[in-house]
Amino acid sequence: MSEGRLGGWTGKLLRVDLTRQAIAVEDLNEAWARAYVGGRGVAARYLHAEVDPQVDPLAPENKLIFATGPLTGTNASCGARYMVVTKGPLTGAITTSNSGGRWGPELKFAGYDMIIFEGRSERPVYLWIFDDQVELRPAGHLWGKGVFETEDTLRAETGLPDCAIAAIGPAGENRVLFAAIVNEKFRAAGRSGVGAVMGSKNLKAIAVRGTGAVRVARPEAMMRAQWAMKRDLEAAPLTSEGLPQYGTLALMNVINEHGALPTNNFQLAQFDRAEKISGEELRATRLASNKACFACTIACGRVSRISDEGVGRYAVTTSVHNWKHATEGPEFENAWSLGADCGIDDLDAILKANTLCNDLGMDPISLGATIAAAMELYEKGVIDDSQTGMPLRFGSGEALIAMTERAAFREGFGDDLAEGSKRLADKYHQPDVFMGVKGQEFPAYDPRAIQGMGLGYATSNRGACHLRAYTVSAEIVGIPLQVDPRSVEGKAGLAIAFQNISTAVDATGLCLFLTFGTTLERIRPILAAATGIDLDDAELVRVGERIWNLERVWNMRAGFTAADDTLPKRMLEEAIPSGPAKGEVSRLPEMLPDYYRERGWSAAGEPSAEKLRELGIA
Amino acid sequence: MAALDGALQIDPAKCTGCKQCELACSWVQTGTFQPSRSLIRVHVFDEQASYAPYACPQCSEAWCMQACPVNAIDVDQQTGAKVVLDEACIGCKLCVIACPFGTIFYDKQTDRAAKCDLCAGDPACAHACPTGAIAVAGVDPGDWLVSFGESVDSAYRKAVNGEGAR
Repeated sequence: MSEGRLGGWTGKLLRVDLTRQAIAVEDLNEAWARAYVGGRGVAARYLHAEVDPQVDPLAPENKLIFATGPLTGTNASCGARYMVVTKGPLTGAITTSNSGGRWGPELKFAGYDMIIFEGRSERPVYLWIFDDQVELRPAGHLWGKGVFETEDTLRAETGLPDCAIAAIGPAGENRVLFAAIVNEKFRAAGRSGVGAVMGSKNLKAIAVRGTGAVRVARPEAMMRAQWAMKRDLEAAPLTSEGLPQYGTLALMNVINEHGALPTNNFQLAQFDRAEKISGEELRATRLASNKACFACTIACGRVSRISDEGVGRYAVTTSVHNWKHATEGPEFENAWSLGADCGIDDLDAILKANTLCNDLGMDPISLGATIAAAMELYEKGVIDDSQTGMPLRFGSGEALIAMTERAAFREGFGDDLAEGSKRLADKYHQPDVFMGVKGQEFPAYDPRAIQGMGLGYATSNRGACHLRAYTVSAEIVGIPLQVDPRSVEGKAGLAIAFQNISTAVDATGLCLFLTFGTTLERIRPILAAATGIDLDDAELVRVGERIWNLERVWNMRAGFTAADDTLPKRMLEEAIPSGPAKGEVSRLPEMLPDYYRERGWSAAGEPSAEKLRELGIA
Repeated sequence: MAALDGALQIDPAKCTGCKQCELACSWVQTGTFQPSRSLIRVHVFDEQASYAPYACPQCSEAWCMQACPVNAIDVDQQTGAKVVLDEACIGCKLCVIACPFGTIFYDKQTDRAAKCDLCAGDPACAHACPTGAIAVAGVDPGDWLVSFGESVDSAYRKAVNGEGAR
């Protein structure tokens, strides 16, 4: 990387060949850093160059990339993020799972923008990074342990308690298809099974301590730009009050009131007991503190305590967590999947299942949604106790906790759950109970009630996901402007705008929640001050578009077609039975052709040669 | 214990553990972001839901000052802060051993002691804190960057070019 002119990036990456147990330090490809900025973008470019899209996700030939952005580790508000990029075993598509906390910044302080893992270690190992000391160490003594015990053990044995640790739990080791990678015990690169890829490589953890500096190109401009952004966040209602007071769980009552809160595996779109699992209820009865990721001036994280009576309920045998101590969460999506989607109204059950997901290393969205699908199968008599080992009825906290533990260890019926709800539904010949896209489960918004979300889910490059096109922001919350959630008009353009902007923000190392309180006009000068490269708003959005198209191209080479850009039959044909959105179905077929056209893609959803040339994608 | 004077007023109950203070402190000293050289530190105790920011309380006994063999720690007459005189410091670490709070540090990159000097009365950490957990009486929360621009740019040049290291 050119000396002195550029900043933000360290300009170095680590390449770890697990098969040969060899570690190399490489220069970051500067041309790619300029075109794709960082994180999700640069990592996707490396994956595109180095991994055959047809690879088996759990084979040694798949690579696992941890990538920060140029703003990770700077003082930019919410510049804490890193992205895990690989081929996801749940979907078979490129996946880009994002996490906060302080692991990403610590990697930057150690002197690296990215780590690329390739091959497979013969025995369990963990990677130890202390500035320029980088080594693979045996992890046989950690294998089988939960994330919490792994962290505590590594903190003690490395002698540097300030190190940051990203680890897998038993679920990743057992290749649960929605296993997560968890850092600081409660922050997770959650979706699409990145933890299973890590487990398949026999890589238990990455512990990193960095004492170096992240240098920016224009230090004073950096502080001025951050000062302006911090003030925006202090002035905007969502980032100064909503998120700090209630966390993302503020959405529970809001989405429910719109009749868009999927309940009992999307059989209903309103949960009559949503208040009992809302952000307001958590704050009144269980919140100990809010908590920030590194450099975050919003602090939406929840530090919570289970109620006194909840401590004794729902026997847990697989976690070392002391339930009298504080735990974290739940986020809105998790409280929905483990709560409303399973018909469960007990915050203690949700908090325990959520904590188990962190300790055992699983994505609570896919887990909860898969248990919900199993509950529907059970209640319809498709499966019974002889398969499940216990009653699986909507509303049962006991079933939720037991199934969470069994899924992580693939024990009994847990072996079916560990495959995710698509494979579960197919196995029992009921494909229509799978609620998701490209093999990945939906998050907490019914696409029949919020039309833009249906288009966003169907076209997301990593399967159903709320973070790829959070049109809820415009359709429900009214940011940046209010649009009608029931209408399909203009939704193609809306989804594309959200996709491109979110992707660009992901590439910088910033958190998407910033966009609830500030705009690209504030983010752009921060990126420019850090990197020394001036992009205007259109160029920054173009970066997002470039990354989006690259991911799309990679997926098509993996075998995806326009036929995969769809929603389950229940969303397209079965109307919402009750509530404010009664009678609605997703009108995806009306939106999708517009979406392809406005993207510059063919009617078959293929990016045109002209579009790819324009974006500089080979 | 004698009364503290002219020190950061820290309210741990307001802290969210974001470490913006550490980033601002390292920026003032080096023009870069390097929490390992911050003179204010935040310890996070998750399972107790507790955050502990700490920096020099500018205590009146000033054991660091008494222990220094070369009189390299002095009292800033305007703020009352105990400050390390870089030209005089010989990097012997006696002050680090003497301090009962653990808030004066040895910086191996400069081979000198380093401690909070209250940023000449207008501490960057207090400005950077998003929740008002750090305050200093009488400080105007206005455009504080004016006073920092030049000093930070020179610190940055030193960090980039390696000037000032022994």
